[in-house]
Amino acid sequence: MTLAAPFVDFSHVWLAYNDELLAQRRFAVEDIDLKIGAGEFVAIVGPSGCGKSTFMKLATGLRRPSKGTITIDGREVAGPLKITGMAFQSSSLLPWRTTLDNVLLPLEIVEPHRSNFRSQRGAFVEKARKLLQSVGLGGYEDKFPWQLSGGMQQRASICRALIHEPKMLLLDEPFGALDAFTREELWCILRDLWTAQRFNVILVTHDLREAVFLADTVYVMSKSPGRMLVRREIPLARPRDLEVTYEKHFGDIVHELRAHIGSIRKPLVGAAP
Amino acid sequence: MTARERERYAPWLLLVIVLVLWEAICRGFGISEFIFPSPSRIANQLVEFRGVIAGHAWRTFWVTMVGFGLSIVVGTLLGFVIGSSRMAYAAMYPLMTGFNAIPKAAFVPILVVWFGIGVGPAVLTAFLISFFPITVNIATGLATIEPELEDVLRVLGAKRWDVLIKIGLPRSMPYFYASLKVAITLAFVGTTVSEMTAANEGIGYLLISAGSSMQMGLAFGGLVVIGAMAMIMYELFAVIEKRTTAWAHRSAGGA
Repeated sequence: MTLAAPFVDFSHVWLAYNDELLAQRRFAVEDIDLKIGAGEFVAIVGPSGCGKSTFMKLATGLRRPSKGTITIDGREVAGPLKITGMAFQSSSLLPWRTTLDNVLLPLEIVEPHRSNFRSQRGAFVEKARKLLQSVGLGGYEDKFPWQLSGGMQQRASICRALIHEPKMLLLDEPFGALDAFTREELWCILRDLWTAQRFNVILVTHDLREAVFLADTVYVMSKSPGRMLVRREIPLARPRDLEVTYEKHFGDIVHELRAHIGSIRKPLVGAAP
Repeated sequence: MTARERERYAPWLLLVIVLVLWEAICRGFGISEFIFPSPSRIANQLVEFRGVIAGHAWRTFWVTMVGFGLSIVVGTLLGFVIGSSRMAYAAMYPLMTGFNAIPKAAFVPILVVWFGIGVGPAVLTAFLISFFPITVNIATGLATIEPELEDVLRVLGAKRWDVLIKIGLPRSMPYFYASLKVAITLAFVGTTVSEMTAANEGIGYLLISAGSSMQMGLAFGGLVVIGAMAMIMYELFAVIEKRTTAWAHRSAGGA
């Protein structure tokens, strides 16, 4: 997919975590070069410690690259982007807030909602309730996070990431700690949210089936140094049903990606797009 | 009687057992009340001198509360500063530890020189002895914010201040209350120690004057009153803690 104006544009991005490592030329990620179109669902897969989380930090502006430039939504990234929402493997909800208040948290931080928070609280609460309902958490708004199951906590965490209507959703192994059935249920919830709102998604995951089922494009990263090895478009038709994961075509793609991960251990030349 | 009820009555039962044993030993061995008074003698003295004791106890109580209030304010502010910046943490922590290692009784003569005999040294000793645990606990609560949690907010453009107020402070609250329970008992220690050498009022003064006139029953009565006051305040903070930070005690409450 080559677009005239990509939404996310990493142009030869390198990152070393500090000056010492930079002097030794030891980079956490090397020469990342990729373009993501508006509304595209991207998954990044790779072995542990391959710099996926570093990639997330770069994409959110929490870290600035040592070399290269990152442009998101037409502007060079120079600091935290307020147009993003994030969710992690641990739901990281605040235990002293109810589920509803947890979901409202970004609105207390991000402008312009922050200034209007008091005056528009009613409208915000209504919106949060609707969002929670859409992921099947209706009736749990006033429960505390620790009164919810792991899957429910993760749904609330995704709601929190989406409440301020970000243009980009960053997910760092969000379903990694869940059992297989709950995970598939949440795939569908995420798919439906994405289908309805069409924000950009960057999903970092270990799970190849998850990546193939959800994403338009899958990138495979190699381990230290972190590099993008393979770009694979997923040609499966949308809307995708869970049934598709049992089809041969689906299995073939997963298999093909698995082969790339397996081959990372050996030296490899010129697989990057 | 359910297990829960038994748990509730257990401390009272233990207290009764100790008192009965104590009484039995004192009577059985005919121990002189000038050496080691029996509980009944102490109770008797408590009733007999109730007016005097109440006066001294009230003095010790409010002096302790002033010192403790001071240590809540200063301890919290100091903890906030230390916990919110790595630099401050590195710079101040070793000094604080060194300071805390000095026996606070050693300050009393110096405080007397500065403030004279009376309320001043007692308040300040109570403060000096009790602010450290509050500072340490607030600082720990703030310094151990999970990085993911911080990232969630920072991505939204939150400043360090937002992170401290929205996450740092609420999550330090359980630490804070735990430290209050330690600090209040220490504050009573501070007040009493100071009153023993640098006051003409208060339970500490009562202990010294009763001891020097061989009124051991009264001296022990003073100890009982101090212990009771500290215990009541401790329980008060325990109740406030459970009410305000229920989320941190969920295993006990049942989720």
